[in-house]
Amino acid sequence: MKKLVAAVVIIFTYSACKFNTGQTALPIYGNRTPVTKTVDGKNVTDTAYQTIPGFKTVNQYGDSITNKNLDGNIYVADFFFTTCPSICPVMHRNMLNVYDAFKAEKDVKIISYSIDPKHDSVAILKKYADKLGVTGNTWWLLQGKKEDIYKLSESYLVTKPQEDAKQLFIHDGYFILVDKQKRIRGTYDGTQPGQVNNLIADIKTLKAEPDQITGK
Amino acid sequence: MKIKIISIICLLMAILIYSCQSDDQITFARYYSIGSVIYQNKCQNCHGKDGQGLSALMPALTDSVYLKANKATLPCIIKYGLKGKLMIINKKPFEGDMPVMDMAPIEIAEVLTYVTNSFGNKMGIITAQQVGDDLKDCK
Repeated sequence: MKKLVAAVVIIFTYSACKFNTGQTALPIYGNRTPVTKTVDGKNVTDTAYQTIPGFKTVNQYGDSITNKNLDGNIYVADFFFTTCPSICPVMHRNMLNVYDAFKAEKDVKIISYSIDPKHDSVAILKKYADKLGVTGNTWWLLQGKKEDIYKLSESYLVTKPQEDAKQLFIHDGYFILVDKQKRIRGTYDGTQPGQVNNLIADIKTLKAEPDQITGK
Repeated sequence: MKIKIISIICLLMAILIYSCQSDDQITFARYYSIGSVIYQNKCQNCHGKDGQGLSALMPALTDSVYLKANKATLPCIIKYGLKGKLMIINKKPFEGDMPVMDMAPIEIAEVLTYVTNSFGNKMGIITAQQVGDDLKDCK
């Protein structure tokens, strides 16, 4: 009996250790290509990761926002529209938890791209943000050219939005975690509170990575 | 030993009382449970799992005073939706749109019975008959 207890204790301790070491770095998603550079006369092969390309949008305050404004930030992105009757309220109810967790931190941002820019003008986005209880510059609601936003959604590895007569727009409810090097580090179903809790935990893990502390 | 016998007797009495529910209670239970499924499918995304609403965007369904005062117009709101109407709910203003939820009177009655008897509300059953009458007076 004693031996059995000892064995169980050892197994538990071992699995606990393994669990902890697995949590120190998040995976990097997307395509990767080898890049060969010449450094000090030697050929060095490095890996280039897929990154989020440039975009031009306007936020709820009417400020122009490009990918440059996100330099030095870890950010969470999603796609929505203000008149969405289905999953968006659930997504943003959950996103509010992310907002509350990080609104005091300068290098974490949330951006929500509207996929209905025709309706979602700057004024409408501002009203939506006010009603949601979002202030300051932590959470930006972005309006851009529709074709650009749809094209951009592919870079975030989410389903390209589709228009449909009844639902208006079909899109998926993923939250995408992007690091300071603009690489995708996680995707989470924004309609599931459990997954959004994982996202909050992962942002904390990501912030502690050496690459993110230096931001290079 | 005595405690065992007493507890068994209590249990039997509880079962007896429970099984002697009146027809009204059974109808209420049926409305309520079907209503909860309708709520999950058609209302919960915006109004929340616990009827908590969403900030100032979607009103909560926890304002018992409002629900009681506007009992007769609730079926109209569900059936015909709202457009730009100002409402004061839980002392906060709401001025948004609610989409049309095309449901039969019985479904409206079921979901209203669920809402008005959940989230801290306790208004009893709202029958299909009542809903039918209220719908005639919609503005």
